Amino acid sequence: MLQISNLSVLIEEKQILTGLGLEIKPGEVHAIMGPNGSGKSTLAYALAGHPKYEISDVRSRMSDVGVSIKIDGEEISEASPDERSKKGLYLATQYPMAVPGLTTMNFLWQIYKTRNMIHETRFMNKTEDKKPITLVEFRKWMEAQAKQLGLKPELLKRGLNDGFSGGEKKKTEVLQMLVSKPKYIILDEIDSGLDVDALKKIALTVAKMAKEEKVGVLVITHYSRILKYLVPDRVHVVKNGQIVAEGGLELVDEIETSGFKVKEN
Amino acid sequence: MARFAAIKTEKEKTEELKQESYKYGFSMPENYAFKSKKGLNEEVIRMISKMKDEPEWMLKRRLEAYKLFLKREMPNWGADLSKINFDEVYYYIKPSSGQEKDWKDVPKEIKDTYDKLGIPEAEKEYLGGVKAQYESEVVYGSLKESLVKQGILFMGMDEALKKHPEIVAEYFGKVVGGGDNKFASLNTAVWSGGSFIYIPKGVKVELPLQAYFRINAANMGQFERTMIIVDEGAYVHYVEGCTAPIYSTDSLHAAVVEIFVKKNARCRYTTIQNWSTNVYNLVTKRAWVEENGIMEWVDGNLGSKVTMKYPSVILAGDGARGEILSVAVGGKDQHQDAGGKCIHLAKNTSSRIISKSISLNGGRASYRGMVQINKGAKNSRSKVVCDALILDKDSRSDTYPVNKISESDVTLEHEATVSKIGEEQLFYLMSRGFEEHEAEAMIVNGFVEPIVKELPMEYAVELNRLIGLQMEGSVG
Repeated sequence: MLQISNLSVLIEEKQILTGLGLEIKPGEVHAIMGPNGSGKSTLAYALAGHPKYEISDVRSRMSDVGVSIKIDGEEISEASPDERSKKGLYLATQYPMAVPGLTTMNFLWQIYKTRNMIHETRFMNKTEDKKPITLVEFRKWMEAQAKQLGLKPELLKRGLNDGFSGGEKKKTEVLQMLVSKPKYIILDEIDSGLDVDALKKIALTVAKMAKEEKVGVLVITHYSRILKYLVPDRVHVVKNGQIVAEGGLELVDEIETSGFKVKEN
Repeated sequence: MARFAAIKTEKEKTEELKQESYKYGFSMPENYAFKSKKGLNEEVIRMISKMKDEPEWMLKRRLEAYKLFLKREMPNWGADLSKINFDEVYYYIKPSSGQEKDWKDVPKEIKDTYDKLGIPEAEKEYLGGVKAQYESEVVYGSLKESLVKQGILFMGMDEALKKHPEIVAEYFGKVVGGGDNKFASLNTAVWSGGSFIYIPKGVKVELPLQAYFRINAANMGQFERTMIIVDEGAYVHYVEGCTAPIYSTDSLHAAVVEIFVKKNARCRYTTIQNWSTNVYNLVTKRAWVEENGIMEWVDGNLGSKVTMKYPSVILAGDGARGEILSVAVGGKDQHQDAGGKCIHLAKNTSSRIISKSISLNGGRASYRGMVQINKGAKNSRSKVVCDALILDKDSRSDTYPVNKISESDVTLEHEATVSKIGEEQLFYLMSRGFEEHEAEAMIVNGFVEPIVKELPMEYAVELNRLIGLQMEGSVG
């Protein structure tokens, strides 16, 4: 379970999130919705351990529980981004960075190799297709995955995200996600700037991971359209750095019709 | 830096650097056949020449050059050379009685050194021939039988002067004269060792020929002299590597390399320089390229305290082409002043300089380059790209490009970028499970990738590994 308790976050001493709490069980899909500037992306970066996002231990009126982020019972709120990643957290960011000269395929292979070492047993999961072992096998597997996502395999020979279009970057995030074998995925507005086709492919890939591999998903979005394919078990509305409403799918419809002026609970 | 990890103390860092970054820092006991006294004078030069049993003309050249060396001022336009004390240097050390053709005949300490450096293994796997120079002399040499049969000559310069004096006399000092610069003068005066290569007309050597230079003694001066002649339509790839032990006192390496690329011939010269950080590396490298010939310098400078090196091409024949790919990494207490020179003398000539410099841990990496297009070199083209990557605020990068264009019918392009590793880029890679130094190394290796991809795989791996090692000590 991914447990977030009483999470307050500061950016350059300005408070963005206040006492946020959330629990995501393996295989569950949670959606975070909210207007611009509500703190949605801050939540994503703070969870992944970006150094600019300072986690602070503010005890609020509501709760005197200390701040905590736990992955399957392990505290990670002070861990570095790579440690969090190794513990199974994956952030698909809204703005993937370009690294010229770092071949995308090579990068994916590097991720795959580290993961193989960490979670050998998970990779050997019998219910999955036989997983590639050599670089040649891996390359074939990646190219097939890229095609399925509608990404030209030739692109994998280029520098990571270097000169990629918005859609190509997002699809590359999904490829990295596949090789990372995460336990919990955070999608930070992955739907922004995507056409319907690409959106559908990405959403269905994630939904499949949630269903078949029991991956917990936190999908952060402005819009409901991604949630048609990646159906949330639970919806949270964030405003001014706090969760102001929670519910099921019906909350999505409510937002669709009346915007973020949902009834706060 | 250390934006993401606990800061290591200065002491921990230094220890780590010593242990991890430079694995070639060991030294061997000195059981030498001969070691000159410290310092330089005419007597030392006469002694070197006599021990080598050289022809009179060579001694004359040496002594002339020595006068020029004394006359010339220290170059003051580049790196700081004021700490070099010429009186403290050993100018000639003969490590063993002669050059061997079999590793088992090489004295044990010396063989152990090359074993640790992996040279005999590389020789078996992917080299056409090997020269190993230890201090002042070539101690081991081999050339594949098939290459010998094709008339290829690959030997030490001293051996060449004995066996092929007419060729050496014809080319010696032709592109790098005895008075070219202070360190070329010094080299001409006291040169010893180096490679001599002659590739006959039309012969294309598929496997690289490699020379390996090793300094072992403290305060050693190594002054090898290399000459490569690639006859019409021939091809050769020559690779050199250099390492030395870590000492608290400085060593001096002042080599001269002269290359002659004939009509339609091609020569590629790759250097992976990884001297320890107490070596002054002041090298003059120049190639003369005739009609439709191609000269390519691939120059990787990772080690040394100070490097001043600007491989040059003189495009003397119509349609000649020159390419200089330079990677320089300036780490703690290092100053890499590297670059290249392209001089266009003939029509339709083209040149390209790509320089990638990285500075970290308070180090300095400079690009210094020149493109000269003479009157009459019509329809010539040159492109210079120099990119700098600065890893922290204590490090420094400079660019000194010079263009001397005397012909109007030419194309000249110049691009330069300076970049820093951004926090966002690091975070992004770290969020995929890589530690900070791994993420940095990925960014840096990506930065140098356009040059690394030009290297044979074994060297590309080595270069990436060496850069990775430099990065490991860079947290903080």
